[in-house]
Amino acid sequence: MPATFTRATQVEPERRDTGIGGKPPVDRRPTGGGGEGDNWDNRPPGRRGPREMLTRYRLAMTFALAGDMMFFVALVSAFFVRQASGHIDASNNYVSDWRPLSIPPILWLNTAVLVLSSVAIEMARRQLFREIDVMEEWFGLGKPTVRRATPWLIASGLLGLVFVAGQWIAWQQLYAQGVFYSTDPNSNFFYLITGAHAVHLILGLMAIAFALVALRTLKRIEYRQIAVDCTAWYWHAMGIFWVFLFGLLAFFQ
Amino acid sequence: MNPDPSAPATARIARTRLFTTDHRVIGIQYLLLSLAAVAIGTVLSLLMRIHLVWPNLAIPFLGQIKPEDYLALVTMHGTLMVFFVLTTAPLSGFANLVLPAQIGSPRMALPTANALSFWLTAFALLVLLAALIVPGGAPISGWTAYPPLSAIAAAGPGQALGMDLWLASLAIFCVASWLGAVNILATVLGERCQGMTLTRMPLTVWSWLVSSLLVLICFSVLLAAALLLFSDRHLGTSFFLPMGDLVAGHVYSRGDGSPLLWLHLFWFFGHPEVYIAILPGMGIASSIVANFSRRPVLGYPMMITTTVLIGLLGLVVWGHHMFVSGMNPYAGTAFALTTMAIAVPSTIKVLSWLGTLCGGGLRLATPMLFAMGFVSLFIAGGLTGPLLAQPALDAYLHNTYFVVAHFHLIMAMAGVFSIFAGIYYWFPLMSGRLMSEPLGKLHFWCTLLGAYATFFPMHFAGLAGEPRHYSQLAGTTAGLQQLLPLQRGITHAAIFLAAAQFLFLANIVWSVKHGKRSSCNPWQSTTMEWARPIEPESKLVQSSAVEAASYGHRQKACRGPYEYGIRSDRSDFIMQCDSGAKPE
Repeated sequence: MPATFTRATQVEPERRDTGIGGKPPVDRRPTGGGGEGDNWDNRPPGRRGPREMLTRYRLAMTFALAGDMMFFVALVSAFFVRQASGHIDASNNYVSDWRPLSIPPILWLNTAVLVLSSVAIEMARRQLFREIDVMEEWFGLGKPTVRRATPWLIASGLLGLVFVAGQWIAWQQLYAQGVFYSTDPNSNFFYLITGAHAVHLILGLMAIAFALVALRTLKRIEYRQIAVDCTAWYWHAMGIFWVFLFGLLAFFQ
Repeated sequence: MNPDPSAPATARIARTRLFTTDHRVIGIQYLLLSLAAVAIGTVLSLLMRIHLVWPNLAIPFLGQIKPEDYLALVTMHGTLMVFFVLTTAPLSGFANLVLPAQIGSPRMALPTANALSFWLTAFALLVLLAALIVPGGAPISGWTAYPPLSAIAAAGPGQALGMDLWLASLAIFCVASWLGAVNILATVLGERCQGMTLTRMPLTVWSWLVSSLLVLICFSVLLAAALLLFSDRHLGTSFFLPMGDLVAGHVYSRGDGSPLLWLHLFWFFGHPEVYIAILPGMGIASSIVANFSRRPVLGYPMMITTTVLIGLLGLVVWGHHMFVSGMNPYAGTAFALTTMAIAVPSTIKVLSWLGTLCGGGLRLATPMLFAMGFVSLFIAGGLTGPLLAQPALDAYLHNTYFVVAHFHLIMAMAGVFSIFAGIYYWFPLMSGRLMSEPLGKLHFWCTLLGAYATFFPMHFAGLAGEPRHYSQLAGTTAGLQQLLPLQRGITHAAIFLAAAQFLFLANIVWSVKHGKRSSCNPWQSTTMEWARPIEPESKLVQSSAVEAASYGHRQKACRGPYEYGIRSDRSDFIMQCDSGAKPE
């Protein structure tokens, strides 16, 4: 039987929902907007356009970070309460065991490094969304976004490592002054806040490492976008948290 | 997703039943976890009740209960019930079971995080239970773990390793709840089907949304507080340790820490936690009351508003747990005002339930009985809320049985009734069968009677000044001696209440195998979890996979969630996804 171009019955198979909409994951939407059926949010899940899955993970990341922010808010409010919790002694003097702490100057440098790291990861993130590159990858012609984003991502990770190392040095400098975790309430909070933040940063470094691996191994550009985008959001949030926490430690003692 | 039929049976069962990312199976897993926790917690409470009235009785296997054992029982009972029953079952359990279907989504937004959340919760339960068997036993500082007793290992037998396990369990539970809440929020906000606008969501979905927001906000704070307490215990800090703290003959004087700080952090978590436990119950009650009285929910937009309002106000009332803690009295006044303000949305909710009931064609099936029981207990327990919100009254009542009566009626019993209502209502979605109605009704009446008989007399004990947290009341003063018959009655009622739950267990065991096969949409409900065909439990995973592949895409919400009793001709309800029926 000769090959034919058409079949008698053409049944479109039910596609498995990938949640990525089957369109190239760029910002541009197909029409100028406003037409019938143009409201992508109104479509069933899995058919809401190229950025549906990205939006889902961004939404989850935003909520996760909101919860994380409450964690730091609790620590900071404890900081203020503890700062104000002195007592009146027998001779009617106000006694407080809160002593100021000289912040190691290297923290200023660390802050600058973390800001640079944030800039670097933002550069990496943007490489994943340049339309001409995304289209090239989506058609399977090459991996320009991977090529361009990798150096920025590595730079961001290295700067993050430098920050953590810098925090370590700051702790060593305080040790040298004889200021340890349990020395006084102020040092409690200094180590606790910097330590909790450092744990978050180490998780972030692991996320960056994961994103680097993901850039190489994930088959679809959509997934690579998600890996880098969510890592970047997390990293930015940690940068912003640090700026506030550092401001607290430096100026509100 | 698709179970491979050629794989070995055990591996397949492990993948499809145990380590699955299917939200409905996870929901059932959560409910079973809660069942285990509630069974243990109930046994512990019975031991407490028996010891209170027969202090010299030697319990088989345990011997006589010492005062510190009694406090350990208090701690474990409270922790198990609050975290692993009242948080886990209504929020995580039911939301996983029906939330995606109710909003027309084939799956949760983050199925893997969801499964991880369940396994962390299970691990947290094991860590907590381990505290019962370690040397020294369980912690004795109550589920609120007030420092300095909770901060110093020498404070009591359970305060060393047991307290550490308690803290670890709570920290793991915080992370697990946080993951689960992120998943629910992302699902509700991002995965709704076409037409499912926010103002068409069933009230259960609204309540899970608000509860998840509260989880996100307040469990993070509990985690921070647990970290600080851990640091006080092991790293030589003094966040919560006051100056010159004398514990067990030894002065601990590290710094000028503030035990009040723990109270603030803990109750900032602890009060929203109450609403996390009860909001889903309110949603379930609204849905079930509307369904079984065949009337739309009275004031549906108002019910959304009050749900959100209760969530918001719930965040600013924590100080009413601290009226007698030495907090600034002006702060007490502010917290008294916010606490009384929260009675307003709660009352609106009660009026809506009663208004929906009024004039409806009542169908008194078991889920409806339990929903009405919920309303009854919510009113009975809620009325004492504004009393306790007065700092002056609370000063007298705070450490008495009055408070025990209050929160056991409004949180524990109302919460459990809503869980029962949900299980009787959604059982067909879990097993493909209906639960036995005669057994269910018997269970309801016994439980209702037992609940009131157990907890209502506690008001009188509290008004007479009987303190809570005391392991032994006999022989102290003449006044308390007179209350002993009352307490004996309470213990008998508690044993009756616990025994009545065997009816529930028997009903489940019997109904899973022999219950009446459920037809499609057995309760003639409007919400979309009933839109798909009912499958037996063994087909659950497979059908989920099929649903995810095809069925989910076709879901569409065409109308509001509670269109009951609108038309009298064909049927008196229109399902949300019913596109054929024209609205009136």
